[in-house]
Amino acid sequence: MSRGLKTGVGVVLTAIMLFPVYWMINVSLTRDTDMRDDPPHLFPLHGTLEGYRAVLDQQLPYLGNSLLIGLGTVLVTVALSAPAGYSLARLRPRGGGVLSFVLLVAQMIPSIIMAMGFYAIYLRLGVLNSTAGLILADSTIAVPFGVLIFTAFMSGIPAELTAAARIDGAGPLRTFWSVILPVSRNAVVTVSLFAFLWAWSDFVFATTLDGGGTQQPITLGIYHYIGNNNQQWNAIMATAVVASIPATLLLIVAQRYVAAGVTAGAVKD
Amino acid sequence: MTRATRPTARHRGGAQWAAWAFLAPVVLYLGAFYAYPLYRNLDLSLRHYTVRSFVQGDAPFTGLSNYGTVVDDPTFWPAVWHTAVFTGVSLAFQFSIGMALAVFFHQNFRLSATLRALFLVPWLLPLIVSASTWSWMLNSDSGIVNAALRLVGLDPVNWLTSPAWSLASVTIANIWIGIPFNLVVVYSGLQAVPAEIYEAAALDGARPWSTFWRITFPLLRPVSAITLLLGLIYTLKVFDIIWIMTKGGPADASTTLATWSYRLGFGNLLPAFGPGAAVGNLLIIAAMIFGLIYIRTQRRALS
Repeated sequence: MSRGLKTGVGVVLTAIMLFPVYWMINVSLTRDTDMRDDPPHLFPLHGTLEGYRAVLDQQLPYLGNSLLIGLGTVLVTVALSAPAGYSLARLRPRGGGVLSFVLLVAQMIPSIIMAMGFYAIYLRLGVLNSTAGLILADSTIAVPFGVLIFTAFMSGIPAELTAAARIDGAGPLRTFWSVILPVSRNAVVTVSLFAFLWAWSDFVFATTLDGGGTQQPITLGIYHYIGNNNQQWNAIMATAVVASIPATLLLIVAQRYVAAGVTAGAVKD
Repeated sequence: MTRATRPTARHRGGAQWAAWAFLAPVVLYLGAFYAYPLYRNLDLSLRHYTVRSFVQGDAPFTGLSNYGTVVDDPTFWPAVWHTAVFTGVSLAFQFSIGMALAVFFHQNFRLSATLRALFLVPWLLPLIVSASTWSWMLNSDSGIVNAALRLVGLDPVNWLTSPAWSLASVTIANIWIGIPFNLVVVYSGLQAVPAEIYEAAALDGARPWSTFWRITFPLLRPVSAITLLLGLIYTLKVFDIIWIMTKGGPADASTTLATWSYRLGFGNLLPAFGPGAAVGNLLIIAAMIFGLIYIRTQRRALS
């Protein structure tokens, strides 16, 4: 195959793969009256923005809540996993291997089962339907991953850097804050991106722990939409398009971090 | 993952203190937000809960009777079977398509990096977005998939509303979501294969097809094992897609252990927390078995 032909095949394959994404955008722009035409309109020739108007009218609070929950989850995740990664990578605590193992296993627990335990605890504590409770639950998806990434990254920092800090009289805390953390920017970015994306996308914890709340995330916004007005699919798909913006931005702005994050857990140590 | 403790570090007791001080937040966190919910879940599965005793916390201890109830339930074996089919079929297609695409994109043609990045989109979208998009595409009357079937002269299919097709429908959506992960991981495995091997094969006149089966595929065995096992663990716990698309129906035709556990605990007006937690714990055991195999395989692949 010539190189030009390969590019052509690649474009076609990508187009097939992304067809559902195109279809979501197409439906979001389709008029209600055209929605059930047979065959469906392949292009939004009589496009309408009524779906997006519905998003502006009804979904903005949900989007705000999701933003807040995502940022909160990022803070919790980085604050917990960066020091732990530093310790496991550079300070070599006895029993660190066991902890790494526990974190690996923790990643494998289905969140639907975690959700049931959280529900029982939150009900007793009276923190069901609270943003803080949801942030803490969402962070369980990202913290083991975060420790893994930080440990792997910080293991690779040249020993000369920390040795120089020690000669200057810096203790572990100072070394962590002024030497390790600044050069670990890439790891911080990767962990933050994924923590945000996972919290933003979370449906399991939201529906079990925040189902009756006044400050629900966008995933529940879409879910209620599907349940309530089954007919207005342009509004549902418009909300879906808006809810996909963070993932799209992430891919455009930080593509190499994304690929690094996907593979980090699987093939690297 | 961590290097072995060096004797110099062991001599300094202060260093050990500092090391554990940095770990303390995560250890406390694991206790409070992993161990305790799991313990609560185990406790739920061993008691007879009603809504009243769930709030008050005085449910009687009933041992393994919830597990007995669950296994005797007519939903149990179908749910196990659906979980196995959903997982097995998803993995087979995700992995083979992902690997084929990885080999294709590894040829580094114009735009290959950009197109490969675009392939990540399905994996990054919130699951509720993917699931609701597929729901509409598979809609019996107005969906694009049935419209396409009619166009080529086939009968339309009730994808989500007929018991014969609902499991296939959620599996198709799940395959679409899982392809990017397989593509990216296998691709990174391909990058680790030294280019000289391919150059030598090309000099020997090996054809692309035999190069793949004789060289690429065997060299990718460790990465493939890890990808498949990780995919298995991820797929066993899939809940969102199935719940949003079919709620496990119709008539339990797409119920897996994960959706059944949720429905028992939260899906009915009268929640059955005990049996729900019992199903969940069975799922954890299954995930753990494959998880431990994964960790062993990964260690072996690295050493």
